[in-house]
Amino acid sequence: MHVPDGFLDAPTSLATAGVAAAGIAIALRGARREVDDRIAPLAGLVATFVFATQMLNFPVAGGTSGHLMGGALAAVLVGPYTGLLCLTVVLAVQSLLFADGGITALGTNVVLMGVVTVVAGYVAFRGVQLVLPRRLSMVAPAAAIGALVSVVLSAATFVGLYAVGGAVPIPLDTLLTAMVGVHTLIGVGEAVITFLVVASIVSVRPDLVHGARRVLDVRTLETRVAA
Amino acid sequence: MGAPHGHRLHFHGHSPLHRAPAHLKVAALVTFMLVVVATPAAWVPAFVAYAVVLAALVALSGVPVGYLARRMVVETPVLVFAALLPFVATGPEVEVLGLGLSEPGLVAAGALVTKATLGVLASLLLAATTDPRDLLAGLERLRVPTQLVQIMGFMIRYLDVVTDELRRMKTARESRGFTARDPRHWPVVAKSAGALFIRSFERGERVHLAMISRGYDGSAPQGARR
Repeated sequence: MHVPDGFLDAPTSLATAGVAAAGIAIALRGARREVDDRIAPLAGLVATFVFATQMLNFPVAGGTSGHLMGGALAAVLVGPYTGLLCLTVVLAVQSLLFADGGITALGTNVVLMGVVTVVAGYVAFRGVQLVLPRRLSMVAPAAAIGALVSVVLSAATFVGLYAVGGAVPIPLDTLLTAMVGVHTLIGVGEAVITFLVVASIVSVRPDLVHGARRVLDVRTLETRVAA
Repeated sequence: MGAPHGHRLHFHGHSPLHRAPAHLKVAALVTFMLVVVATPAAWVPAFVAYAVVLAALVALSGVPVGYLARRMVVETPVLVFAALLPFVATGPEVEVLGLGLSEPGLVAAGALVTKATLGVLASLLLAATTDPRDLLAGLERLRVPTQLVQIMGFMIRYLDVVTDELRRMKTARESRGFTARDPRHWPVVAKSAGALFIRSFERGERVHLAMISRGYDGSAPQGARR
């Protein structure tokens, strides 16, 4: 759920907007290295993809369903800098054109669902990738762990922001337990879906997956001759 | 694609609010909402005043109230959360219909619902009265980085193309007798998402090549493409 207007007080909203702006500035520089001058059309289409996958319902049970947040998925697919730009644009469009997420909470939402999920997801992904063998089949599991970490850390960050600028006296330990508990479950769902999506792309077009580049680089061309 | 290219929330009109420059509307929305958010929960008359201002703007815009009201459903999760607050918050309790509810929780829930409703209504009004192209130009005038505005421009332009693609995949799945009912069906839905990524990425590459062949040098200003 997107943070609405009035959930956090004005100073906290402005502070998170500052953090979000700094993150976007870094991403704008870094993205040029990831996708060179193709950035506007490519990031635009990937942002549209992230927006569309958030509309894709994954049924859970009894008529309820969930959808991807997509931070870790975007980071693995197109790289963390471009991924953050995509998530930022998705959140801005949702706020400005669909009234989903408050306009004063846009900075907060970019920090929670953009900066934290992308950075945490990508760092966890790279960390796991360093440990696992360098094989194409290992990209999707690493992405799944990145997705799980990203959702749980995002929830924990929310509780942290709430401790600073929350408008309701909820006992923090209760909130932390509830948020992290619920989001561990959501995170498992996010991990499974991220795993399935990344695995399906890696099996068809591994060259498009940013997180698979290092694996593809070490592969050498071999010519097999039938005996 | 011969239909009007407004996004789904845009309500075509010629009111003073429709004609006002987009950058002023965005700046006004942000200022208004910052003031609303900064207002203490106890200042009820102030919130009444905000609501009156907003109602006057809605009347001025000529956007039907029912049109905006139907689109207020995006607020539902906030209302659910607000309804939980009196039960989980601490502090002195009051008896309501035989239930012990936290008083600060009730106040906070009321303030949250009020502020969030004002926010959703104000944002909907901006979306209803502003053409997406004007919005992009307005954001550029507000010094939002050009790259970001360009990405947003592509996203808005291809939103319907990509969501239609998603809908066609769903139709194709269902015409083959598939309906997703529980987590066992996730692999199929996830493959659709994967296919959608590949198609979106390739579409991005094709669009980029088409732009280069028309002289794009990486810095086409938004205003020049109208």
